[in-house]
Amino acid sequence: MKMIVAIIRPEKLNDVLEALFKAEVRGLTISRVQGHGGGTERVETYRGTTVKMGLYDKVKLEIGVSEAFVEPTIQAILASARTGEVGDGKIFVLPVERVVRIRTGEENEAAVTPVRPS
Amino acid sequence: MMRLGTLFLFLLPGAALAAGDTDTGTTAWMLVSTALVLLMTPALAFFYGGLVRQKNVLNTMMMSFGALGFVTLVWALFGYSIAYGTGNKFVGDLSMAFLNGLDLSGEMPALLDVAFQGTFAVITAALISGSLVGRMRFSAWLLFIVLWTVFDYAVLAHWVWGPAGSAFLKDLGALDFAGGTVVHINAAIAGVVGVAVLGPRKDFGRLAFLPHNIPFVLLGAGLLWFGWFGFNGGSAYGANGSAGLAFTNTFLAPAATMSVWMLLELWRHGRATAVGAATAAVVGLVAVTPAAGFVGPLGAIWLGAIAAFPSFFFILARPRLGLDDSLDVFGAHGIGGITGALLTGVFASEAWGGTPGLLEGNAAQVWVQLVAVAAAVLLSAVASFVIFKLVGLVVPLRTTQREEAVGLDAVQHGEEAYPTTEGAILVLDGERAGGAA
Repeated sequence: MKMIVAIIRPEKLNDVLEALFKAEVRGLTISRVQGHGGGTERVETYRGTTVKMGLYDKVKLEIGVSEAFVEPTIQAILASARTGEVGDGKIFVLPVERVVRIRTGEENEAAVTPVRPS
Repeated sequence: MMRLGTLFLFLLPGAALAAGDTDTGTTAWMLVSTALVLLMTPALAFFYGGLVRQKNVLNTMMMSFGALGFVTLVWALFGYSIAYGTGNKFVGDLSMAFLNGLDLSGEMPALLDVAFQGTFAVITAALISGSLVGRMRFSAWLLFIVLWTVFDYAVLAHWVWGPAGSAFLKDLGALDFAGGTVVHINAAIAGVVGVAVLGPRKDFGRLAFLPHNIPFVLLGAGLLWFGWFGFNGGSAYGANGSAGLAFTNTFLAPAATMSVWMLLELWRHGRATAVGAATAAVVGLVAVTPAAGFVGPLGAIWLGAIAAFPSFFFILARPRLGLDDSLDVFGAHGIGGITGALLTGVFASEAWGGTPGLLEGNAAQVWVQLVAVAAAVLLSAVASFVIFKLVGLVVPLRTTQREEAVGLDAVQHGEEAYPTTEGAILVLDGERAGGAA
């Protein structure tokens, strides 16, 4: 089991979600975050005052997957989130010690396997 | 205080008093009406701004608000003369270009009419933007509305409101009290033509575009209604009975439209929505615009109630037509304007100041109204298409797909409506400001 954490451009979120659904990756959490990763600065002007925005809006995806899904998930994100410009984001793959599904008490592999709607 | 005022009157130079034929009541009402109609453009900015996603709200509002600058100027310098100069039946002349000869004489100061009618030109251009939000380059938009005001709006205004004897549609006997054809049908057709030329937004058909601030939508609709009292009431050009009728009808018709609309929503979806109510108010206002001073109050209520149906069902079906008229300018202003123009021919009443309509035995009036609608649609479709194409030769009309995804506020204006103020670093003089986003 792995926890995949991906930081992506907000404007790419819909493309990434579409790619993940096509790869049959189902369980995920997203949050809107701000951060800095060395990208080019966005310059804005408010009543003549020029500012550069040092923090960027990004979207963070957290996806808990079984081993078989690690590579398809990474490939789906790479293919859909890449623009080639600085600031496309990162993917982190973290080990997971234990997973419990709250509804059933199932653990680990069983807990990260999506339930097919019957 | 009064004595002091009288004293100052004697001190005024003679020139200012030369316009001895000024009717103070008329002038006062036209001053107020002008300010009321002006308010409709920022009101429209809020109405449209609330309906779009938050990354595009400033761009959407600026498409309306920006018209206050360029359209006003081009109207005063050229448009007014093209619309109201005698010229021939199809276009005015340049006798009043650069405000030539417009002084303070007349029942109301002649110059004031430039301002009053200018507020109409501004809101008409702004209305078009609702079809095109979220995809158009701002500089292309500004160039478009400048050209469109001179070569489409002023021309159609001449057809409908030009001097009697040299105004094509007025001389046919078409009734348009305050601009159903000139403003609403005209703008709606331009909008649809714009959608055809520019194409739909990138994610159209894949994503639902939800309104980001519905209270803005209600605020905008409410202020539009308020301003519309000047739009319709002021079109009587006097503080008189006709103004009183137009004013009251502007109150009654949208109320009827909104009531019917809410009942339709309750029947179809089980819930009456805020966006629906705001849309309904605008549809009713559009529909009563050509009729305001020609139909009786009960006629206005019937007109408003009937006008709810075609717009309601069109807006319901529109997304499935594949037409990305994003904020339903055609559904509200086009369909509403055409319904209102035709129903004006039905409900117009001689006793209330109009030509007799269908209900008073003059079926021919409906035919005349239909001819006027067809003429307006044709002019607007052709002129708008040509102007969009011309602008496209000078500036690309559309933003790139990536800019669309990031949002037009940041890309086109370098501002955000709701910036996260964290991490904004001041760029000092002489410091290079990095790369733009």
